[in-house]
Amino acid sequence: MLGRGILRGLVETWRNFQGSYYDPARLTTVQYPEEKLPPQENARTIPFLVYDGDDPMAGLRCTACSICAAECPAHCIHIVKDTAKKPDYLGKMQLQPKVFNIDMAVCMECGICAEVCPFDSIKMDHVFELSSSDPDMVLQKTDLAKSNDYFRKIHPTEAAAVDAARAAEQRKAQAKKEAVPGPSAV
Amino acid sequence: MIAPPPELPPRPAGDPPGHDLLEVALGPHHPSTHGVFRMNVILDGETVVKLTPVFGYLHRNHEKIAEHNSYLAAIPYTDRLDYICSMTNNWAYVLSVEKLAALAVPERAEYIRVIVGELTRLLNHACLAGFLLQDMGALGTPLMYAFREREKILDLFESLSGSRMMCNYLRFGGCRCDLPPGWLKQAAGVVAGFGPFLDHFEALLSENEILRARSQGVGVLPPDLAVNAGVTGPGLRASGVNYDIRKVDQYGLYKRFNFRVPLGGQGDVFDRYMVRILEMRESLKILDQALRDIPNGPVMDPKARLRNLRPKPGEAYGRIESPKGELGFYLVSDGGPNPWRYRVRPPSLVNLTVLEDMCLGHSIADVVIILGSIDIVLGEVDR
Amino acid sequence: MPTPEQIKERIAAAFPGAPVELVPNGSPAGQPSLLLEPGRARDIARFLRDDPELRFDYASNVTGVDWPERLEKPKPGEPAARKTPAFLEAVYHLYSMALGHGPLVIRLRTGDRAAHVTLPSLTPVWRSCEFQEREIFDLFGIIFDGHPDLRRLLMWDNFAGHPMRKDYAPARDPEAEP
Repeated sequence: MLGRGILRGLVETWRNFQGSYYDPARLTTVQYPEEKLPPQENARTIPFLVYDGDDPMAGLRCTACSICAAECPAHCIHIVKDTAKKPDYLGKMQLQPKVFNIDMAVCMECGICAEVCPFDSIKMDHVFELSSSDPDMVLQKTDLAKSNDYFRKIHPTEAAAVDAARAAEQRKAQAKKEAVPGPSAV
Repeated sequence: MIAPPPELPPRPAGDPPGHDLLEVALGPHHPSTHGVFRMNVILDGETVVKLTPVFGYLHRNHEKIAEHNSYLAAIPYTDRLDYICSMTNNWAYVLSVEKLAALAVPERAEYIRVIVGELTRLLNHACLAGFLLQDMGALGTPLMYAFREREKILDLFESLSGSRMMCNYLRFGGCRCDLPPGWLKQAAGVVAGFGPFLDHFEALLSENEILRARSQGVGVLPPDLAVNAGVTGPGLRASGVNYDIRKVDQYGLYKRFNFRVPLGGQGDVFDRYMVRILEMRESLKILDQALRDIPNGPVMDPKARLRNLRPKPGEAYGRIESPKGELGFYLVSDGGPNPWRYRVRPPSLVNLTVLEDMCLGHSIADVVIILGSIDIVLGEVDR
Repeated sequence: MPTPEQIKERIAAAFPGAPVELVPNGSPAGQPSLLLEPGRARDIARFLRDDPELRFDYASNVTGVDWPERLEKPKPGEPAARKTPAFLEAVYHLYSMALGHGPLVIRLRTGDRAAHVTLPSLTPVWRSCEFQEREIFDLFGIIFDGHPDLRRLLMWDNFAGHPMRKDYAPARDPEAEP
């Protein structure tokens, strides 16, 4: 019968149409911005720098090794090392960055900086509502620093693994220090 | 600047004076050219007598950027070639680097590659079926149904790699990270739901008289021309040539999977559409087998080094059956950390060679459909 | 598939007087390629396509490579550093869809990078070379003799220069690094 194919198609569209009143599989639209889908845990947008404790600048994990800047495909990270050193979570003295800028207009959010960082100090954020009328999109150290509590909130699994690894290393370093006899021991 | 006008064909004999040929520029700003793509079409009434494709509007000199960056840094740029199928772009590139540097890949990583590769094939063919029907005038209904299923696959990619489309997930030596807990179950759910979706999609479309009238007999590509012009992928198989790189080269673990290769009879637009629908069904079979058989284990070769990889001087060409055709990467190393020559062999560009041959004699409305059935993405054509 | 060495012998037998050189490939899994002289290259290509045992009916990838002049470290016994020859290269990867084998890699080299940059076009043999040779002309500057429509492909028609050459410098700095 001529038109049989079109009629079969209309059955499909009718099914979808009446299903859209009650079937959740048909209602896939989220009325943004009144409703928002929470981002998945592994989602990545722009990078940020993790700091421990309360003071963002003193607690920054970054040691200005510049591996992220060297591996960044878009060459958007600019680091200047500071001359002053500060102790890290194991008590070792490390360099710190005086300047750490990321040009977000160039960053392609690939995550390679977070992948290669040996100090778990640069991680990928979840924020995507970044529209602004300011054309300057260079984020500096102060804008990029976010606390470890924030990192735990957005990436709970990864943060838990990082915290566990760091705690294990701290315990190992402590055990090594106590095993070595001090100068006062006889 | 506009390209110099191509030579006009001679006027038909007995043509009344005042009957001129009309030159139309279709694109580059055009909703149906699948990107910034221009076709200079010379029309006799509504019939095409000459067609010249013009592109380069999205040329970003990806190849030169890769020559200035390391091998690792090229991977996010490969996502942006065929921006719909980022996982298969990654796979072709890391396959070439693994050939160049003789790197091994653990078994679990190979299974993951097959799974994400076939999921990519599903979402690409769903996109194509939707867009082709939109070009035919279906005003978005099949497109949105296909996109609804595609969203489920994009959610899978986001939970795996962090990003829906620009995945940057595969690495030479394996994958960037392991599957998150629950991912395999979610993927199995998506695959199980895709079969019924295809049944409904075919019920909507495949017997539709308008679709058949507009696409059968239109844009016929003879198999000899297809082979000589280097057409690969579903367009080649729709013309009846049995050449699927998954079966020929058996890269990855494809020799372990049981699947068929659909072939077309006439090589027209309808065959190219139908071959893609059948390929989606075969991909579901491969996915069922891969999700069932994936072993545990590491996902990255312990000897692989991502940073400062310096392959010995030499060259390698690695190719895969991407959803659009043969995607190959030709790499020449001079022993340094950056490739000396990095070349993308784009399937969309070579498939466009026969666009004019397929369009001659058809009306201008058919040109849009024929272009849609070749399945091009300008990110790949122009790089 | 016959090995590249065997194919070289067959070409030498079919085209006496047309030198074919086997170029080794240093990478671990690499196969050697055949360097053809531009003079008889198109006839040899037709032979590769039509010979019943070879049937290389599909030219998959056509690439240009730029080899500028470089100083090589002197080999032991040589007094000074040698300069490597400078040329542009067109590399073709051939497969056979009929017989399911491949790849065979053939290369054509120009005389130098300035005045002698003409190579025979293999588009009359394999139409898949049409756009790819145009791209090599556009980005490297190799002129393909016998190509049906040799115009720029990706850059605009009045563009001057060949961007993929190693010594190409853009007219102005596109963006300043932060």
